[in-house]
Amino acid sequence: MSMEIYKPSLRTSLQGMWALTRRELKKWMNEPIVLFISVIQPLMWMLLFGKSMNITAVFSPRVLADLTIPDITIPGDYVSPPADGLLTIPGSVIAQYLREVLYELGGRAVESVFGVQDYFSYLAIGMISMITIFTSTFSGLSIVWDRRLGFLYKVLSTPVSRSAIIFSKVLNAALRSMFQSTIILMIAVVIGVKLNPSFNLLNLAGIYLAVFLFSVGLSSLFLAVALRSTRHETQMAVVNLVNMPLMFTSNAFFPVTLMPEWLKPLAQVNPVSYVTDALRQLTIYSTDLQILLIDFTYLTIFAVVLSTIGVLLSWKYLTK
Amino acid sequence: MVDVIVVENLTKIFNKNIVAVDHVSFTVREGEIFGFLGPNGAGKTTTINMLTTVLKPTSGTAYVMGYDIVKQADMVRRVIGVVPQEYTADEDLTGYENLILCGDLYGLPREISKKRALELLELMELTKFKDKKVETYSGGMRRRLELACGLINRPKILFLDEPTLGLDVQTRMAIWDYIKKLREEYFMTIFMTTHYMEEADNLCDRIAIIDHGKIIVTGTPSELKNSVGSDVIELTLREIEDVSERLLRIEYVKNVVRKENVYVIQVEDGEVAVPVIIEVLKNHGYGVVKLSLRKPSLDEVYLMYTGRSMRDIEESRESAIVQRIMMRRARR
Repeated sequence: MSMEIYKPSLRTSLQGMWALTRRELKKWMNEPIVLFISVIQPLMWMLLFGKSMNITAVFSPRVLADLTIPDITIPGDYVSPPADGLLTIPGSVIAQYLREVLYELGGRAVESVFGVQDYFSYLAIGMISMITIFTSTFSGLSIVWDRRLGFLYKVLSTPVSRSAIIFSKVLNAALRSMFQSTIILMIAVVIGVKLNPSFNLLNLAGIYLAVFLFSVGLSSLFLAVALRSTRHETQMAVVNLVNMPLMFTSNAFFPVTLMPEWLKPLAQVNPVSYVTDALRQLTIYSTDLQILLIDFTYLTIFAVVLSTIGVLLSWKYLTK
Repeated sequence: MVDVIVVENLTKIFNKNIVAVDHVSFTVREGEIFGFLGPNGAGKTTTINMLTTVLKPTSGTAYVMGYDIVKQADMVRRVIGVVPQEYTADEDLTGYENLILCGDLYGLPREISKKRALELLELMELTKFKDKKVETYSGGMRRRLELACGLINRPKILFLDEPTLGLDVQTRMAIWDYIKKLREEYFMTIFMTTHYMEEADNLCDRIAIIDHGKIIVTGTPSELKNSVGSDVIELTLREIEDVSERLLRIEYVKNVVRKENVYVIQVEDGEVAVPVIIEVLKNHGYGVVKLSLRKPSLDEVYLMYTGRSMRDIEESRESAIVQRIMMRRARR
């Protein structure tokens, strides 16, 4: 019998990593219900909260319809003065004028704080971050399951590199997040998000890159936490504990400028703020390249540092 | 013969105080089926996990095909195949997909994986079910698929951890046949653990009995059984005369106890002794009416070396394992 030993090489480690990634993607695609359910939650936020929380409407003329202002009479010289020399401005005209000014000012205030005139668009893009947070933080759970079901044991006894095991799960989370982001973005556009007029394929590529980097960093973190864990309950508890604060200490729902002073520093280091801002720059804002560069630099550092930590820990801790 | 596994003082201590494997040393020769026999918690699986590089030893070393299991773990993984105790295949994938996945993990070129996967499915008689999800497989089919996965890289050494655990008697025998067939077909060395006496006796060329993390004795099944004592022949003579003296003069015979015309004879090498005894008696004009040969079983071997009967321990273990498998399915 002839025996061939396939020497370790970049090709074989990529092959192993891709095989493991494909396995997870296949399982995910076999259960479309999972995708459906994971899209539902951000969709509800967008549709129910985003549409109701119509901040600009607070200033709409309709809201001030009851405003009654008495007529004002002003004495003075006029080119063609009325017979009695007094000019009377009807209160209704003033009210009308005030309503319009208020609406205009209100809109500008909203725009200066949110970057867009409607809160719905603001929130809808934030929901791409939300679905990515969910997908990435839950990725640690799959390694716990693999350990419990014995699959991890088999993989560990093969020559596939330990880092490929982690990377396959990271890649799986990132690819899923990118796919889900596409769905969220499409739905958002259909139900009323106004993309900036210069939106093109390059923006779309930017969105994918931002989601990818953010997901790589976040899922590496949660996989590192789950490396030795055999209890999925613990992992679930950690994920549930972390998800909400992670979202609310960022600009995903509300702008940092409106936050109390003690919360601001937190929001300024939270990577969710950077991915969300990058996404908004690329979709609804008129893109500010300098800010976008800062966002991407932060996200790249986040992804590189955490995935490096994940790999180092996987070498040390995956094998007991 | 070449030693393909050399184990020197291998030790594993869990949580700083639980000694699972205690300075174990042994060698496995090329082409043999070497069995680790022992009860639950004896350290069999821990040893196999260290040899297959899934666990790191606390101290001691081992070489598999000449590669150090700690320093050259990656090379060890390339030359071995592992069939773990539990079912490790992905239940959501088909049998064929699982095999291709295993091939990819070994970095095999895809054409080779595909060819071997089909060949192994055929060998394990799973061809009919290759495109069915593994969750629909029976216990025996899963075990065969695990065997196939462990063979996809054409290993020089195959590690089998309790290959027939929780299977019914017929499936168990079928798996034994597959294992024998594998050895012949691929000329592999097989290292297996088991707690079934019959399995060790039937399959293994050499056995090490392990208990409390220590190897108690090593040898071929017949050596071990001979070490316990002799075979016993019970024969009934047609004649009433005492032939004890004559029997004792036969070289294999160690002891004779007579009760009327029934003789209980302790012999070495029973199978060889029986025709000799009949021949001698016949030459002297005696007739044998009835004869039976009793071999000492590994049970007795085990009892002698560990002071415990293995069957008592194993009954509870078996049910625990079956329960664990059921629980695992229920969890899904």
